[in-house]
Amino acid sequence: MLKKEGEVRIPAGCAISGIIDRKGNRFSGSDVIQSIALMHDRSNGLGGGFAAYGIYPEFKDWYAFHVFYTSIDVKNKTEEYINSNFSIEMSGRIPTRKVSSIKDAPIIWRYFAKPEPGKLISSEKTEDDYVADAVITINSTFPGAYVFSSGKNMGAFKAVGYPEDVGEYYKLDEYDGYLWTAHGRFPTNTPGWWGGAHPFTILDWSVVHNGEISSYDANRRYIEMFGYDCSLQTDTEVITYLFDYLVRKKGLPLKTAANVIAAPMWEEIAEMPEKERKYYTALRQVYSSALVNGPFSIILGYTGGLMALNDRLKLRALVAAECGDRLYLASEESAIRVVCPNPEYMYSVEGGVPIIATVEGEV
Amino acid sequence: MKVIDAKETYFKTLNDMVFDALETEDEVIIANVGGQRYIGTGMDAGKSIIVQGTPGNDMACYMNGGRITVKGNGQDAVGNTMNGGEIVIYGHSGDTVGYGMRDGRIFVQTNVGCRGGIHMKEFENCRPKIVIGGRAGAYLGEYMAGGVILLLGLNLKEGREVIGHYCATGMHGGVIYIRGEYSDDRISPGVAVLEPNEDDMKEISDLVRDYCKYFGSDYHEIMNERFTKLAPTSARPYKNLYARNEAFPLS
Repeated sequence: MLKKEGEVRIPAGCAISGIIDRKGNRFSGSDVIQSIALMHDRSNGLGGGFAAYGIYPEFKDWYAFHVFYTSIDVKNKTEEYINSNFSIEMSGRIPTRKVSSIKDAPIIWRYFAKPEPGKLISSEKTEDDYVADAVITINSTFPGAYVFSSGKNMGAFKAVGYPEDVGEYYKLDEYDGYLWTAHGRFPTNTPGWWGGAHPFTILDWSVVHNGEISSYDANRRYIEMFGYDCSLQTDTEVITYLFDYLVRKKGLPLKTAANVIAAPMWEEIAEMPEKERKYYTALRQVYSSALVNGPFSIILGYTGGLMALNDRLKLRALVAAECGDRLYLASEESAIRVVCPNPEYMYSVEGGVPIIATVEGEV
Repeated sequence: MKVIDAKETYFKTLNDMVFDALETEDEVIIANVGGQRYIGTGMDAGKSIIVQGTPGNDMACYMNGGRITVKGNGQDAVGNTMNGGEIVIYGHSGDTVGYGMRDGRIFVQTNVGCRGGIHMKEFENCRPKIVIGGRAGAYLGEYMAGGVILLLGLNLKEGREVIGHYCATGMHGGVIYIRGEYSDDRISPGVAVLEPNEDDMKEISDLVRDYCKYFGSDYHEIMNERFTKLAPTSARPYKNLYARNEAFPLS
């Protein structure tokens, strides 16, 4: 069985990187691997991962499930569930290469799937809800199975190991995407396991995170009221679900969701002009349990864009750079310069101020 | 003088090479620096390092003396707990520049990130100084216990503020000088906003003169502007934050 976390405390840093091409031009995973590799010492080999968007254009209308299984038996049981609820266009092992430092790999399978039409209609759910609910069902009721990616034309790739080794392992140099994010893990509080590596995803949302969420339990209790199941005991998971809930389900604009999650202090709100004061007061009152406290720098990926956000006290480093059509983000400036030596503009991301970059046109 | 190429060199290896070189050389140039941490840690007086590129976090931590010149931008925690010497950065610097700094001087040509000068301190003849040519992020001088921060606000883009929010929060020693206009609501209510006196102006003009020497700015243009002084109103601003304890008065 995949061992989950929660028993040992390991004192900790982490590294994050992200690159988006605003014109939607696709490029290989090599750049983001090089960027995250430069920050090698911010992780400790207990987790690395990537999210890549635009990598499955030939299957862009199918949900791409990436799944870890601990045994063939678990896989067979889970596939019974998947096959009865989805029509599968194609499935197979996710290609990997041998990397000496990546050990104890589970069975890693990929499915390009659409909801089974009859079941979708009788469920009276939207397609996205149908898929999200199925992912949550598998992750919470099939021990030993873990769906770690479930969006369209995107994929998460993660493992226990240093991120540059994880990128090598999954052959990410052979994929082309218009948006890449990466994470190098230095687990705080808990040991690392494959499922606990970042990014955390649901549908096409992915989050890579450097920090430690002190409001985790309050956020978890809140989000579980809406059918999400925080089964991974890792604080980042809850941020992914909060964005899915606020943006996809409640229809908030992304920037508004950022204002909920990293809301200004009451003292700052008190100083604002009336219109803004009312807006922020309402957000803090309605979504008080979605306020995320504690140090964080995150990059949220989604179809067609990304958002970078720092906690409002700015307790984690995050640097951004503009270079032609591309926006680069990283925990350290040098991790941007290694792939983009002379950006036009380089700046430090401010606390609580979201940076949003989107691709022009369709992706 | 010796030149060391840092390209794709691990930080431990690089720092060993630099230390070894400084045994016999007074000046070392490190070329192609890309994120290597701890450059110039504990360096002694009389030595000099010129960094070409982007030095990694905690550059010059515990530095005792000498000089580090950065032809590039600094990352986080430049001059962490430094005891002396001088750092000159031809660019910007990241968060927590001069973290817990105890003496010496740091000159940054343009902007700094958040928490510049956090918990810097002074004692006996030690009085650390940070000069920032551009603007500073939030929490400048947080928990500041001593020393000097001079913020010049040069070449600000339209609409940019010279200081971020919560400037001087928890400040209980030292002094912050701000050149030009700023928003009052960004300054912690726990500090006094004062006109600089004659001694203050002497301190400011000495630092500005050196800033101009390093970066080629016009001294008179910089000085021809109003300066404001921030100083703590209490040596223990949080004395009564959690409990008022009459039986064991702490001060």
